[in-house]
Amino acid sequence: MKIHEYQAKQILSRFGVKIPAGVYAETPAQVRSAAEKIGPRVILKAQIHAGGRGKGGGIKLAQNPNDAEKLAGKMIGMKLITPQTGKEGKRVKKLYVEEALDIDRELYIGIVIDRATESPVVMASSEGGVEIEKVAAETPELIFKEYINTAAGFQAFQARKLAFKLGLKGDTFKLGVKFLMALYKAFEASDASLAEINPMLITKQGDVLALDAKMNFDDNALKRHPDIAEMRDLDEEDSLEVEAGKFDLNYIKLDGNVGCMVNGAGLAMATMDIIMLKGGMPANFLDVGGGVSEESVKNAFRILVSDPDVKAALVNIFGGIVRCDLVAKGIVKAAKEIGINIPVVIRLEGTNVELGKQILQDSGLEFYPASGMAEAAEKVVPLTKL
Amino acid sequence: MSILIDEKTHVVIQGITGGEGTFHTEKMIEYGTKVVAGVTPGKGGQRHLNIPVFNTVADAVENEGANAAAIFVPPYFAADAIMEAADSGVRLVVCITEGIPTFDMIKVKQFIKDKDVDLIGPNTPGIISPGKCKIGIMPGHIHTQGSIGIISRSGTLTYEAVQQVSQQGYGQSTAIGIGGDPIVGLKYIELLKYFNADSETEAVILIGEIGGSAEEEAAAYIKAEFDKPVVGFIAGQTAPPGRRMGHAGAIIAGGKGTAKEKMEALAAAGVFVAKSPAEIGAKVKEALSRR
Repeated sequence: MKIHEYQAKQILSRFGVKIPAGVYAETPAQVRSAAEKIGPRVILKAQIHAGGRGKGGGIKLAQNPNDAEKLAGKMIGMKLITPQTGKEGKRVKKLYVEEALDIDRELYIGIVIDRATESPVVMASSEGGVEIEKVAAETPELIFKEYINTAAGFQAFQARKLAFKLGLKGDTFKLGVKFLMALYKAFEASDASLAEINPMLITKQGDVLALDAKMNFDDNALKRHPDIAEMRDLDEEDSLEVEAGKFDLNYIKLDGNVGCMVNGAGLAMATMDIIMLKGGMPANFLDVGGGVSEESVKNAFRILVSDPDVKAALVNIFGGIVRCDLVAKGIVKAAKEIGINIPVVIRLEGTNVELGKQILQDSGLEFYPASGMAEAAEKVVPLTKL
Repeated sequence: MSILIDEKTHVVIQGITGGEGTFHTEKMIEYGTKVVAGVTPGKGGQRHLNIPVFNTVADAVENEGANAAAIFVPPYFAADAIMEAADSGVRLVVCITEGIPTFDMIKVKQFIKDKDVDLIGPNTPGIISPGKCKIGIMPGHIHTQGSIGIISRSGTLTYEAVQQVSQQGYGQSTAIGIGGDPIVGLKYIELLKYFNADSETEAVILIGEIGGSAEEEAAAYIKAEFDKPVVGFIAGQTAPPGRRMGHAGAIIAGGKGTAKEKMEALAAAGVFVAKSPAEIGAKVKEALSRR
């Protein structure tokens, strides 16, 4: 799960990570009073779940409260397009107003779980404020890493190593070590999957602060962090994906026009792949999971066809624990109750497959049966062009 | 032969009295798996499905000689269950549970590192040596005994491969789901080593997916040491970067872990790479005929 910058800063500051003074705001008047309180010079930052905000005009410097109010009027409601939002952009509804500081250096700190070593890794780089992917690709020697033994935790010597490599000195060095230790504590204690401070700011006065902050969390651990789970912002998510989540369906909207419904994540991805190989493009990823019922198949279908881009659908079910007859009943129910006016290609295999096929046939509805994934994909692609 | 499990495997089911545990224990017994005990803390001394239930895995090992554990406990209790099994002396632990927090699995891996135990999963359909033993939730009836080993990160996609292999006239020696999570027990290389040493296995199918670098590491191992033909498929050629595709492990981060990179690494290692998931069976035939 992703959260906003201002929410990440709330969490981090609880663990002792130093952040600039800031106020959350939704209206120009709130921005003005925030600037009066922490300004006069403030930075207005659009709160959306995508990076690269500065490039799209989502981060602006205001010289005084008047200026801040005017700028806020322009920013709130604007469509912000950044390299990470896609061309449709994101509507700005929330702002974070932050004190403007005198920048000496911008550094990079990131913590992720490294799958190869199966441990968290703290990464630091002197090249902050830019895209870290670019640094990693072009000058990997400028990224320093410390792997964490979670039984012992992140050790002070590891933080010192990184701080020395970043060239921190004197009091700033001490503040840097403290910053790193606090950041790791926040990462582990909140079951984060990513904590990224880009940039970590060194002020002209030698202070160390998180100027930007990004945190993602392990979805599997959210139940033990109800305070973080509450920070979820449904405005930032696709409405169909949110709807699917209510029924424990795994749905992701994509750019194509072939709607897919599959059981199992691996088979769902493979189904998308074979659609592409046969010259089509999948409109979605949809895994109905292992515990399928008639009702969940119906809901899956409803969500699938409510995407206006979908011109034809492919159902690919390999019944193991899931019974094909149950899936067939769900499809028939969906067709009768919701009304499906696009062609549907159905490939059923595995447990109770004959019974499933019979149910589809007896329904009197028109489906396109297919045996095997290849045949299913070959059938569905031309149907999108009708 | 087969790898990891056979007729001599005696299984203890952790979480046997729960809904999932009960349902799949019955299916395993039906298949012929020797389920010798169950564990549910506080229910020791009872019988469930006519199987003795114990309070601890250690008791099940001591009293019934269990040498493998299957875990069907809820996600927040599963890490503890894996560590209990690993500490009890069983040689194999199969964790079916989906949704275990990543940090819990990091701790599990550190805990079991120095123990003489193999972990399969979590978030796996399990492992099956057709005709001998099944520990997991896969449909037994689609499998046939034979000479093809299967290692996969997926569930239903593995069934797809099994069916295609059967249509080509081959059976399976052992089929294993390694699990769809970012951190799992045995991965491709450890399992390939077992298959390399197994006289019954003539070829191996490796089914991967986007995310991480386990497939690339497997490719390096295959090139250096593996003696038998390998067929590979990678799911997620059409997946957009940064999105979790059902499996928590299936995320392409920062342009790394793409299907294209993985397929190229496998092909460079001499693996017969199936571009389409419908070609897996045909590729097995091709791989075996080229020997």
